[in-house]
Amino acid sequence: MARLTPDNLLLARKIIARFPEPRSATIMLCHLAQEQDGYLSPEAMEQVAELIGATSAEVLGTASFYEMFKMHPVGKYCVNVCTNISCQLLGGEELLEHAEEVMGIRSGSTTADGMFTLEDVECVAACTEAPAVQVNYRYFNRVSPDDFDELLEDLRSGELSRTIPSHGTLGNVRQDLHGDRVANITSPSQQVEPAWFPNGDSDEGPAK
Amino acid sequence: MSDTAVDTQESTQEVPKVVSSRFDVDDGHTLHGYTQSGSFEGYAALRRALTMTPGAVSELVKDATLLGRGGAGFPAGVKWGFCAPDVWPRYVVANGDESEPGTYKDRLLMERDPHQLIEGSLIAAYAIGAAQVFLYVRGEMPHAQERIAAALNEAYEANFIGKNILGTDFSVDIVLTFGAGAYIVGEETALIESLEGNRGMPRLKPPFFPAAKGLYMMPTIVNNIETLSNLPWLLSHGVREYRSIGTEASPGTRLIALSGDVERPGVYEVPQGTTTFRELFESERYGGGIRGGRELKMFIPGGASAPWFFPEQVDLPLEGRVVGAEGSMLGSGAVVVMDDTTDAVRACWRLVRFFARESCGKCTPCREGTVWEERILRRILDGQGRPSDLDLLLDVADNISPGPYPLAAHPEAGLEAVPFPPRQTTICPLGPSSVAPITSAISRFRHEFEGKINRKDSIPVTSAGVTSV
Repeated sequence: MARLTPDNLLLARKIIARFPEPRSATIMLCHLAQEQDGYLSPEAMEQVAELIGATSAEVLGTASFYEMFKMHPVGKYCVNVCTNISCQLLGGEELLEHAEEVMGIRSGSTTADGMFTLEDVECVAACTEAPAVQVNYRYFNRVSPDDFDELLEDLRSGELSRTIPSHGTLGNVRQDLHGDRVANITSPSQQVEPAWFPNGDSDEGPAK
Repeated sequence: MSDTAVDTQESTQEVPKVVSSRFDVDDGHTLHGYTQSGSFEGYAALRRALTMTPGAVSELVKDATLLGRGGAGFPAGVKWGFCAPDVWPRYVVANGDESEPGTYKDRLLMERDPHQLIEGSLIAAYAIGAAQVFLYVRGEMPHAQERIAAALNEAYEANFIGKNILGTDFSVDIVLTFGAGAYIVGEETALIESLEGNRGMPRLKPPFFPAAKGLYMMPTIVNNIETLSNLPWLLSHGVREYRSIGTEASPGTRLIALSGDVERPGVYEVPQGTTTFRELFESERYGGGIRGGRELKMFIPGGASAPWFFPEQVDLPLEGRVVGAEGSMLGSGAVVVMDDTTDAVRACWRLVRFFARESCGKCTPCREGTVWEERILRRILDGQGRPSDLDLLLDVADNISPGPYPLAAHPEAGLEAVPFPPRQTTICPLGPSSVAPITSAISRFRHEFEGKINRKDSIPVTSAGVTSV
């Protein structure tokens, strides 16, 4: 655990190669580590630091700024209830209270069985579909208290395990950059002026 | 738990669909769907751009007055022209970190028409001479990330991205990258910090205008998703047709997320300047009236950062300049409607709480001020408010945004409009934005605050008895 598996290490190196500077891959690599372990462990941050040429303190400094990175294990499913303005107007706060009651925990905590972490979150860009809920960042629109109970039931029974990956996994589809199609990704200092600007900004020739 | 409501009517001369024509097309997100459906032919605009010089493409975008759709409304063509001359490499960053409360349009554009965004990004990269494009998608949007990743893979395969695109000397890479949960990263210099692997704290402008000193201190153009998504239609149909929509100062359309207390909340593409808020709220095509036939109390015309409007402002057009002069902003196209049952203090607290949670902590007035604003509002809501609290609240707010704050006119109360934008003691507008709900709510609903402060019967009673006063 904690250190990246050989497959993920390979993937990490591919991700780093997409950026002109290795440090630009910090967030993507933290996501990768969280996908593997469900949270971001100190060992994972150490390894990310090694890979991008930073110190582990620098990686922690960056990662701790971003809410999605969990420094401790969380539930299999992070249930995020939006209570910001558009959702508040249509019952988001009441839905959060309902969630606390049926889950038996306060927002910010995890159920004893490790199944759910409940969070009261800021706007998730589903304002026209209020009140909105995300489970591991997958959307559920216009959720009534009854819908919410059903959702929990489906999550417990494994009904949604295909559509909702476990915590940490974001996209099921990844960008795939083939070496032979890549134009030119190098550090900024090695870049020259673009071929389609033959004379720089001053006198642009026609494109071929 | 239904799907998002979008406008399913046909694109017409009166209400054209510039960016939303594939929102209700099932395979609109695939390369096949992109080239076979919609209000323009997919990737034909890129082909057209490649027959022009990069300078001519920039000129075209400038002539069209394509205003940025992320909030500030600055013309994209002019912004592109700010790149430090003859400094290479340059970068394009597509800002997909949509998180302004009330805003929901970029996610739809990314999920339902990713090729439109990719084609727009390619056109921008060609025009400014970018070596690489970064599509920075908000972390909490995995579905958008999947759709974009799949579209990028298709477009690389089809030679629309990469080396010698379509047999020309234009070569560029597009890389998908994610955020991880931080509202402030939507601010362009904070986004650049994040893209460099740092905490997402804004940089001081000047000197760090991205077009001069952006990513890795190189010229960088950061454009909103909707702005870039306009480019394929614009290049396909031309400037004249683009300018025939909307008004002289604000041509084209806007995607509006209409949410809150209306019968039909949804994401609607409306012509800029010629549509009024009343039409948006009441017409059958859009809002369908205030929910349950109730009365309008107030509305937010452009996201949580925008000062509130009231019934007196419903006949204003959705036009950036007009809304700015009347004391608010169109911002990111987020219109939130609140009916007469809304508790103004509670709505105000919720918005301020957002800014308090999302302050990055770099500037003292915002880091300390937003937290105190939230605490004071919270205690008023909890029945623990003090008579001096409103003055204290406005005093804290004045430390973040000194002087008169943008405000809608209220003729009955003798209040004149204070135009946008506010002044600020901070690097970025996040802190000053927290003041918008406070001054808006107090200017109109001071009695609601005072009622909560003075009425002892609103003190919450717990099982242990009455809480201390």
